[in-house]
Amino acid sequence: MIPTIPQSRSFRLVYGGYVLLFFLYLALPLTVVAVFAFNDSQFPSLPWQGFTWNWFFGDSDPQIGVFHERGILRAVGTSAIVAGCVAMLSVAVGMTNAFLFNRYEFRGKGALYVLMLLPLVIPGIVLGISILIASSTLANGVWDVAQLDIQALRPGLLLVVLGQFSFITTIATLVITARLQKFDRTLEDAALNLGATRLTAVRTITIPFLMPAMIGAVVVAFLMSFENFNTTLMLVGSDAPLTIAMFDRLKEGSTPLLNAVSLLLMLGSSLLALLVILFQRR
Amino acid sequence: MRSHARIGFVLLLTPLVLWLGLLIVIPHIDMLLISLRERISFGVYETSTAQYQKALTEPLYLRTFWRTAVMSVLATGITLLIAFPVAYYIAKMAKGRLQQVLFMFCLIPFYVSELVRTFGWMILLRETGIVSNLLQWTGLADQPVEMLYNDAAMMVGLVYTSMLFMVVPLVTTLESLDDSVIEAGYDLGGGGFSVLREIIIPHAMPGIVSGCIVVFMLSLGNYLTPTMLGGKDSLWFTEMIYNQFIVRSNWELGAAFGFMLLVLSSVIVWGMLRLTGRTLQETMG
Repeated sequence: MIPTIPQSRSFRLVYGGYVLLFFLYLALPLTVVAVFAFNDSQFPSLPWQGFTWNWFFGDSDPQIGVFHERGILRAVGTSAIVAGCVAMLSVAVGMTNAFLFNRYEFRGKGALYVLMLLPLVIPGIVLGISILIASSTLANGVWDVAQLDIQALRPGLLLVVLGQFSFITTIATLVITARLQKFDRTLEDAALNLGATRLTAVRTITIPFLMPAMIGAVVVAFLMSFENFNTTLMLVGSDAPLTIAMFDRLKEGSTPLLNAVSLLLMLGSSLLALLVILFQRR
Repeated sequence: MRSHARIGFVLLLTPLVLWLGLLIVIPHIDMLLISLRERISFGVYETSTAQYQKALTEPLYLRTFWRTAVMSVLATGITLLIAFPVAYYIAKMAKGRLQQVLFMFCLIPFYVSELVRTFGWMILLRETGIVSNLLQWTGLADQPVEMLYNDAAMMVGLVYTSMLFMVVPLVTTLESLDDSVIEAGYDLGGGGFSVLREIIIPHAMPGIVSGCIVVFMLSLGNYLTPTMLGGKDSLWFTEMIYNQFIVRSNWELGAAFGFMLLVLSSVIVWGMLRLTGRTLQETMG
């Protein structure tokens, strides 16, 4: 079943047709979400009532567009702040992890590496509740001992950041480690021979080499945090990130406003993905 | 120089230990401890296995637990069956530009939030949705058809959501299979089916295993798809955890549920690795 092996015409047609159907299946839900963002109706469904930009720019009831809808805009802001923090933190820790696993041999390294991978195979909702329990236990303990109520340990943005960080760091570590493994250590030795200190060698030789992986990891971490739902759901307080805010609205019934937000999300993340690909190519 | 290396080692080890210790190990120990206690009266707790007894004897809990497991395995199997021919097409049949474009198309849904994907299926499948209208228009149905809120809709959503995580590892492993090996199989008299069984599938095994593990984990831990697309009686185990924690505030039982989910997923992942003789490092890293 490779091009050099002759196959009957009908087989090739059926196979090609199957692959085409598959890609239709992939495209279908995203296409309808995008198309109905422009429906001039209160519902994102047929019949088609005509084309409108109101779900993006409308400023009067009943068609308030994305750019005039306070709740959604605030949620986007919250998500961006959370995603920014998660991306920075996880890439920083991912860097130190990559160097640790790449440069040092120590007892228990294998076990530590497996432990480092575990967050990927723990269901997101379990990660969420375990962190919720731990922080509440800590907060209650502090209250019992010192009568101090630490709001930061109650459900809220700090816990959301920590919850997402707890598994996104693994992904950042894997991305950066993969690149570091391809690094030629003799380049660093050359820098040392030429009189550089170890830190200077790493800063001027290794870090620039790792740059594409670091930027890739930042973008992936940002996107994963922005789109995370399960872990966030268990840890969220009163400030809802975008996915939670959209979920709450979706439960109450949807208007094309949600389609408009979704379309903008799709455009935003495709743009980011494209940037990474272009950057990696260079 | 030795002490230098030692300081560097400690500096690099600290973030890792803090991260894993404070956010993974300690929280899970806390969760285990909470699940092993029973509330006697206000603020008074006793160590007991009451939560697990409750979870294992109440028919609704037990049924939901096994249903979630079985449905997740089913979703994984369906995803593999659908993805394999496509991955093979991308890796072996398509060449050059087309190959890259098809691969990119597979990645796109991943960059879109799961919420958006689920929302798309809701628009398609609901009573006033596209499919229902299409069926009426073609005369296959004479009134609106509700296709949401049942197991089939949920399965469509689960498979869709995790498709990418199956296609990508499969394409990667299949690409590394040399065309001449397949040709040799044919030259030695093998038919299409025996080449598939003796050469292609064994070679793709690492990809199959890692794809299946990730898809299974994602299905098992999914909350959105069963909630939004599934019906009243297709309760998912994650929904029960959510209900105990947020709606009922019964953290003890919720923690026990969480632990059961964790054990279930670990056992199945471990079993899959064991069956195929692979390690977690090879599969994930």
